[in-house]
Amino acid sequence: MQVKAERMFFSEPLALAAGGSFADYELVFETYGKLNAARSNAILICHALNASHHVAGLNEAGEPGWWDNMVGPGKPIDTQRFFVVGVNNLGSCFGSTGPMSINPATAKAWGPDFPVLTVEDWVHAQARLADRLGIACFAAVMGGSLGGMQALAWSLLYPKRLAHCICIASTAKLSAQNIAFNEVARRAIITDPEFHGGRFYDAAVVPRRGLQVARMIGHITYLSDDVMAERFGRLLRDRDPDEAYRYTFDIEFEIESYLRYQGEKFAGYFDANTYLIITRALDYFDPARAFAGDLSKTMAQASCRFFVASFTTDWRFSPARSREIVQALLACDLEVTYAEIDAPHGHDAFLLDNPQYHQLVRAYADQIAINLGLSA
Amino acid sequence: MSKQPLRPDLALIAEWIKPGARVLDLGCGDGLLLDVLQRERAVRGYGVEIDDQALLACVRRGVNVIQANIEKGLSMFGQGRFDVVVLSMAIQATHQTEQVLAEMSSVGAQGIVSFPNFGHWYHAVSILQGRMPVSREMPYQWYDTPNLHLSTPADFEQLLAKLGLVVLQRAFLANGKAVNWLAPLRATQAIYRFARA
Repeated sequence: MQVKAERMFFSEPLALAAGGSFADYELVFETYGKLNAARSNAILICHALNASHHVAGLNEAGEPGWWDNMVGPGKPIDTQRFFVVGVNNLGSCFGSTGPMSINPATAKAWGPDFPVLTVEDWVHAQARLADRLGIACFAAVMGGSLGGMQALAWSLLYPKRLAHCICIASTAKLSAQNIAFNEVARRAIITDPEFHGGRFYDAAVVPRRGLQVARMIGHITYLSDDVMAERFGRLLRDRDPDEAYRYTFDIEFEIESYLRYQGEKFAGYFDANTYLIITRALDYFDPARAFAGDLSKTMAQASCRFFVASFTTDWRFSPARSREIVQALLACDLEVTYAEIDAPHGHDAFLLDNPQYHQLVRAYADQIAINLGLSA
Repeated sequence: MSKQPLRPDLALIAEWIKPGARVLDLGCGDGLLLDVLQRERAVRGYGVEIDDQALLACVRRGVNVIQANIEKGLSMFGQGRFDVVVLSMAIQATHQTEQVLAEMSSVGAQGIVSFPNFGHWYHAVSILQGRMPVSREMPYQWYDTPNLHLSTPADFEQLLAKLGLVVLQRAFLANGKAVNWLAPLRATQAIYRFARA
């Protein structure tokens, strides 16, 4: 499936949680499948930290989408009957207006002056894109991790604009430990001398070391202890396991090589200011805060049906976090199905092929289609 | 969707549930009971199931299902939020039988439990012949059975009383048909509806 990104320009100011508003922004998006005459078969896919609008198919560079195993013709989210929208969030670095874009007030890159954004801000921006695409109500809004938070926020902010919320490997708020990992990542970036207070574009440099460390930290939290042990164990880099150690601080173990490789790859394509903005949006997400921490009262704003899933070895957003969401939904008498999927891969499992996981999503999507009267 | 007939004990349980009731079905299996109740009695509810394949079967029927181990507690389901909590042909396989029954009665206004009657005369005959009974309701050999806590109707009623629960309705089935005369000996399955005293 060959896909092409589209752009949409928005001139009406978007009020932000941080105060003020943002005008004249562009969102990059992709769509797959066809919107039906009733405009009832649209599914919005929300992306996580480092992903983009390119959800499925092959883009012009020949790269597969980040959720290509989930979305596409004949996939669990079948684009032969659903019209799927992937959108790059405001403040991201894959084409939508973000810190790398030119600030019209200064004719320079926004850099650190780009506003701090929240999950709710993104959802409001996505709703405007839906308006322009002629989608009054999504059949489903779906996401994993930070994307799941956006799906949850949709159910609270626009309860009449989605029939189903599919929230995978997510949480209703970060734990202190989650925020702590984000803060380490941000400090790595901010204290990199090449960050230049966020104005590194002007100096034509990239805070690569900060980005690398940030990504290494993040990556550790995406994997389970077991999967790391299985894939890397105490394997030595380019040496037999029984060879003598080198007794240096260079790469000795395979896991070090892997993390550095991931860090370097990431620093080559991801924007440092975007990393700060997105991790902050994660930290701030806490819809129950407006209800004195009562998640049940919070979820009472919602009226759609929910599919919630977690993965047994995910310690970043553990099953206990998903169960809190389910418990709140049950207290509100809302329709919910919850799966706790036995997978060894940790948080990353939501992006991977897992027969039980994909069969469940497929079965749930089939029910959405049946209820909408969509043909197979 | 499904036209498959309900197991006799489930058909009886379905009759005992009032239209429009809020139902929690513990160990709901493939979700058939809830499916039937939703379609025929406008019941609203959730299944609870631990098994992956059964969970998938529920989703395929459009039955709301929560993947959880009922023996790890039912606190997720709140207090008194359901009209009826069902546990069909599963109580004999629970470890924390007493706790599960007690929690059922706090989660819902009423509980309905069905179980195989260990007091069936055939079981006694089998034991008198020196062998553990193997029957349609308990088709397992002694070494591979999931059943841990087998009981007779009298045993079950004694536990209900101990937990301060009163019997609202009871029924006995033998091979799917109602039995009244000498039921404790002739019934293969017993079904109870109960509530807090």
